[in-house]
Amino acid sequence: MQNNSSSQGSVLSVENLTVSFDGYKVVDDLSFSIAENELRVIIGPNGAGKTTVLDLISGRTRPTAGIIKFRGEDLKNKAEHEIVQLGLGRKFQTPSIFEDLTVFENLEISFPRGRDVFGAFFFKRDSEVEDRVNEVAKVIYLDDLLSHSAAALSHGQKQWLEIGMLLIQDPALMMLDEPVAGMTLNERKQTAELLNQIIEGRSVVVIEHDMNFVREIARWVTVMHQGKVLSEGLMGDVQKDPQVIEVYLGHS
Amino acid sequence: MFGYTFGELGSIFAMQGFAGLILFSVFLLMGLGLAIIFGQLGVINMAHGEFMMIGMYITYIMQLLFLHFLPDLMGIYFFFAMAVAFIFTAILGGCVEWLIIRHLYRRPLDTLLATWGISLILQQSIRVVFGTREVGVVKPDWMMGSISLTDMIDIQIYGLVVMVITIILTIFVMFAMLRSLWGKHVRAVVQNREMAGAVGINTARTDRMTFAIGCGIAGIAGSAFTMISSTAPDAGQHYIVDTFLVVVFGGAGSLLGTVVSAFTISQLQSTLEFFITGSMAKVWTLLVVIGILMVRPQGLFALKIRR
Amino acid sequence: MNKIFHGDAKYHFLVIAVLLLIIFPVGLDVFRLNLVGKYLTYAFVAIGLVICWGAGGILSLGQGVFFGVGGYLMAMNLKLEAAKADIGCTRALQETGSCIVQSTPGIPDFMDWASMTEIPMFWGFSHSLFLTIVMILTVPAILAFILGIAMFRRRVGGVYFAIITQAMAALLSILIIGNAGYIGGFNGITDLRTLKGWDIRTDDAKVLIYFVTAVLLLIGLIIAQIVLNSKLGRVIVAVRGQEDRVRFSGYSVANFKLAAFCFGAFMAGIGGALFTMNVGFIHANFVGIVPSIEMVIFCAVGGRFSIFGAVYGALVVNAAKTVFSEAYPELWLFAMGLIFVGVVLAFQDGLAGFYKQSIAPRLKQMWSSAD
Repeated sequence: MQNNSSSQGSVLSVENLTVSFDGYKVVDDLSFSIAENELRVIIGPNGAGKTTVLDLISGRTRPTAGIIKFRGEDLKNKAEHEIVQLGLGRKFQTPSIFEDLTVFENLEISFPRGRDVFGAFFFKRDSEVEDRVNEVAKVIYLDDLLSHSAAALSHGQKQWLEIGMLLIQDPALMMLDEPVAGMTLNERKQTAELLNQIIEGRSVVVIEHDMNFVREIARWVTVMHQGKVLSEGLMGDVQKDPQVIEVYLGHS
Repeated sequence: MFGYTFGELGSIFAMQGFAGLILFSVFLLMGLGLAIIFGQLGVINMAHGEFMMIGMYITYIMQLLFLHFLPDLMGIYFFFAMAVAFIFTAILGGCVEWLIIRHLYRRPLDTLLATWGISLILQQSIRVVFGTREVGVVKPDWMMGSISLTDMIDIQIYGLVVMVITIILTIFVMFAMLRSLWGKHVRAVVQNREMAGAVGINTARTDRMTFAIGCGIAGIAGSAFTMISSTAPDAGQHYIVDTFLVVVFGGAGSLLGTVVSAFTISQLQSTLEFFITGSMAKVWTLLVVIGILMVRPQGLFALKIRR
Repeated sequence: MNKIFHGDAKYHFLVIAVLLLIIFPVGLDVFRLNLVGKYLTYAFVAIGLVICWGAGGILSLGQGVFFGVGGYLMAMNLKLEAAKADIGCTRALQETGSCIVQSTPGIPDFMDWASMTEIPMFWGFSHSLFLTIVMILTVPAILAFILGIAMFRRRVGGVYFAIITQAMAALLSILIIGNAGYIGGFNGITDLRTLKGWDIRTDDAKVLIYFVTAVLLLIGLIIAQIVLNSKLGRVIVAVRGQEDRVRFSGYSVANFKLAAFCFGAFMAGIGGALFTMNVGFIHANFVGIVPSIEMVIFCAVGGRFSIFGAVYGALVVNAAKTVFSEAYPELWLFAMGLIFVGVVLAFQDGLAGFYKQSIAPRLKQMWSSAD
């Protein structure tokens, strides 16, 4: 296990991050960093500011103060699509896929080639694209559903598709916001396996509520509360932290 | 300067300023009704000018009725006309909302097209009944003539009347927004429609009321405008672009924004008219407004809602 | 052809090609054929709107601006040529009606009426037909780029954008009407006679211009289909439905919206130029708010998602307009109003939708039972 307090050699480093809406500090002087090839789980009660942190990192919301560095580069004032092109992928809480397109087309559109207007016009679906789409489809358990409309997938499958759409971009950091929300027990197991697979060669940040799921995948955990970091460490240690227990009111 | 004395210039400015104030009243009266609808429902009613125009024709009808049946009361026919115009256009607006608009709330762009269609239908209906040419609406005796402020400055009484109506109506609407039950419902729905529904506000009814009241205000505007504009089926078309810009420039959901916006645009245009031709003044005004909107698309006073 | 038009689209393209290139020219007299030519110029705008509005979800109520730019550019070139032809006119010749004497010979008549003595600077490039064509192909799109870049980068919403485009249309028509000397003003630019010496007013010329219009329209359909087939087209469609997801897949949404808007402008500009060729004049009446919103209706009636529907929509609505407004002028505006409301409430997929639901299944039945 790595000690993650230094920002050297880290994929993501967040320092003194603050954002306030109408005077209320949703994220308050937050600092943490993610190392390469790390899987980090962020937990915390509702309203702790977890999704807002993702919004800030991915460029959806502008911070009031603080620095966000991705692979050493300051993300200040960068547009969302620029941040994505730097290698940061984000999955939303509710599955956000292209319902009008097929599973194949969803993955293809996420393939990191031809993402500007002229590139898109001249984009050809060659064997490189097809192979990669098939490859990713297999990982996300959708390889025999490629020609199906994305709208026809089950809720869990839509979540996987969205993860696949991130995976095909080969990001250095993937941020998943409640990836197993609304999934059946079986789907959760498969998702845990999926995550353990895709961790190869990249870092992953997961926001989750479901403690059983967290236990299956987590190594290093960050607990957030009221916009701040409450506790950070190995899953086992954090669970025993009295502050954490109090905040969760005895939830295990 | 320009061959006028200072005194003369001052008078010209005053009269121009007065004309500018009348324009301000026009924009504000038209903008009020539309702003309420746009603020709450997110729709721009392209037929707004036509509701105004119908208000004009109702005033015309009332005038005819009074002339025929109650000639002695001609002095006050105007107030009855305004009331009837409000009621009629409000009811008409409510019907239109019920028939057409309420199906389109998730599709604001389609509402633009549908309300344009309604405007065509309304225009043509009036044409069929009253003919294409303008009809004459008589001012009551006390509105004719002008007041002389000084030797050189003459202010038309009907212009004053329009401005007074505008001020009263604006205060009334603001009061209604802040104090009345309807106003509270509107503000709740604007800020959080789902929550408003969850606490028992009938959002569909509020929407309909708002649309109706917005159209009713347009009706009153029409009544007032019979004094300063010609009453014809295409009267509604003259001010629509300006009205839309006033509302968009002011910022959705802000009555204060509408007032400031109407003032800014009207003064800009009338000031420019002093120096250049009417059409170029309009062109430059449009360019400035559009330019500012490109830099600040949410308008002057936009409601800040947390995502 | 197979590569561009997949499946049924092949047949749709062929049907339109046969209709435009064979059926109409054979079945219609010159006058009516010329009318159809005019309708087809509107079809250009409608096809552009299928990409911009149908696919991209960007409602532009200002297509008249781009249509007008194309139309006026073409008219300016033709007008300069006509004006030059009258140089050396004498009173005697004027009696025979073959030319008109002007205070300043060689400049367009409306400039002469406005007592101008020189042609304004901005007419500079219009002397050259080549440059005129270059401008027709580029200026509308450049204008759209300038307009759009500010608004799309700032994420201006749909209704705001539509109102601003409408204001643009109003602005341009006011600008034109208020400047009789510079650009023809209230009367438009009329009395266009020849293109590089070739008289465009004869019947033969009108037929040829019709064919040029029809062929260019078919090329326009091909280009539009290529765009829709490409990933560019798919992203534009995705932007309409799920802007955020597209953004988070690494695409600059603003740029793709810009592309859709500029394509619409490009097509509208070509339509405008061909309009001037077909009818022989241009006027601010085709630039402002009313024509702009009518152009949207041509697209909507056809079925806003179908490029073939767009052609039929433009043909049907304009034909109806011509027929009705002569026979039942009072009824026509009612009908128009009802079309606007109907196409939004009940017939959202327009003619294309009607075809898909009612006609295509029956055709397929007939086809398979014929085997």
